[in-house]
Amino acid sequence: MILQVQGVTKRFGGLQALSQVTFDLPQGQILGLIGPNGAGKTTLFNVIDGVYTPEEGRIIFDGKDVTGKKSYHLARMGLARTHQIVRPLNELSVRENVMVGACFGHANANLKEAAKVADEVLEFVGLASKAEQLAGSLNVAQKKRLEMARAIAAKPKLLLLDEVLAGLNPSEIANMVETVRAIRERGITIIMIEHVMSAIMNVSDRILVLDFGKLIAEGTPEEIASNEKVIQAYLGDPKLAERLMQGE
Amino acid sequence: MKFLRQHTSLWLSLAVLLVMGLWPVITGNALQRETMFTVLRSVALASSLNILLGYTGYVSFGHVVFFGLGGYVGFYLISVRHWSLWTAMLAGGAAAGLLAYLVGSAILRLRGAYFALATIGVNEAVRAFINNFEPFGGPTGMTMNFKVYKAYGGAGAALELSFYILVALTLLVVLISYWVRTSKFGLGLLAIREDEDAAEIMGVVAPSAKTWAYVLSAIIPGMIGAVFFFKNGTIEPGLAFPLHTSIEMIVMIMLGGQGTVFGPILGAAGYEFLRDALLVSPLFKNMQLAISGVLLLIIVLFIPRGLVGWLRQRSAKVRRWLI
Repeated sequence: MILQVQGVTKRFGGLQALSQVTFDLPQGQILGLIGPNGAGKTTLFNVIDGVYTPEEGRIIFDGKDVTGKKSYHLARMGLARTHQIVRPLNELSVRENVMVGACFGHANANLKEAAKVADEVLEFVGLASKAEQLAGSLNVAQKKRLEMARAIAAKPKLLLLDEVLAGLNPSEIANMVETVRAIRERGITIIMIEHVMSAIMNVSDRILVLDFGKLIAEGTPEEIASNEKVIQAYLGDPKLAERLMQGE
Repeated sequence: MKFLRQHTSLWLSLAVLLVMGLWPVITGNALQRETMFTVLRSVALASSLNILLGYTGYVSFGHVVFFGLGGYVGFYLISVRHWSLWTAMLAGGAAAGLLAYLVGSAILRLRGAYFALATIGVNEAVRAFINNFEPFGGPTGMTMNFKVYKAYGGAGAALELSFYILVALTLLVVLISYWVRTSKFGLGLLAIREDEDAAEIMGVVAPSAKTWAYVLSAIIPGMIGAVFFFKNGTIEPGLAFPLHTSIEMIVMIMLGGQGTVFGPILGAAGYEFLRDALLVSPLFKNMQLAISGVLLLIIVLFIPRGLVGWLRQRSAKVRRWLI
């Protein structure tokens, strides 16, 4: 198991953002995380990568209890993530952005190695021609790719992708889905939060559904699409779910 | 040739400093040496502060505290404890670095305006402490016994020696600044400046990186303080901790371009020469501060990144060689 989340509870004042969330993630899988807005998906990411400390429960990453560890510790251990709202280092070049990931993440590269890794990764996500530009000058789709490139450059064991498809047009989505698959080919385990159902149903090995901070369902995409609770809480129309499965 | 091209900014900076450092030697004019002393002091202080302000993005409004503390520690060791200038200077730098480490661990948790306010508080607190600290002479300060200078070949020779030490320290600051800017440590600082939370998530250990940046930016001002007050012959709280010097340091960095190696050098030299020119001109001598103010306003409004920052923004080609 690369990640074990055991009975994790997170409260903000009176709001129960996560309650008793438990799941295991074996190495090499793509795990989809879906649920309505405010269900606690991003909060779960923030708890896993040390931005928040959970009130209850434990997070075990790569065999070690990492509950309450700072995010930079987790980054060193092999966790990387992208943000739902992109956070480029605007005044640095695209290449330098990626080098930060390579230098300070699990890869722990020196500057020279990092520059090489950066060029390689930028090629991989299709930003090679923008390497010299300032990150602030990219458009949204490119910034999302940059987030991804930074995370991959760290050579993580586990990658958390927070809505990398949101705001992209259909051809960009198709591109990105291919990229996600290719990342998995590199042996990186992935958890992805996504609202674009056709994409997540296609790409995930397993899906978790959160609603009001509780895990309401877990299973293969087929099981999730036909799960009564999920349809009620999130998908809505059962036929829609079926259509999504067929990738329309 | 490749080596030259790769480090253009460093060569450019060192060349400018060498010209400024050697000019008084060539002309043999003691007055020009004094002018250049002031200019180089500003260059060194601005370049030091730039490590924190420009690279790390933390604005310190009280940076002169390190200059003053180093000055007091150095002065005390030379005049009362009869240490040599060299060891006293190192002690001044160490004292400044230690203060930065202790204070930094506490106040670098604050961000933005809160941090800036805290640094002013630190400066005022240290000033108030020394005002009431009898071994350092309290509010009246201390005066150097003239005999001290004999060991350095008399007062005149001591003045000259102080200038050469300052030139060496300024070169050292610029080397440190360049090293930081082009190192992995510096990349971490730039990441913190751009987005501290994102940097931490990428693995930058922000608390320790910030603290070390603060310490690095404090040591040389401490050493310069020791040399400055050795040369000055007298020290008192008002001279050692003037808040407006801190603010001028920030203005110089903004003029030249924050976060670049060459910017603070250009900004500090430009600011000092401008002030000099205004002060001696019969037309402007009473308005030099007003004119400086208007100039600053124009720069903040129209080229907020400073001169070097503005040039860098123009094209990727410039960004490659000018940092």
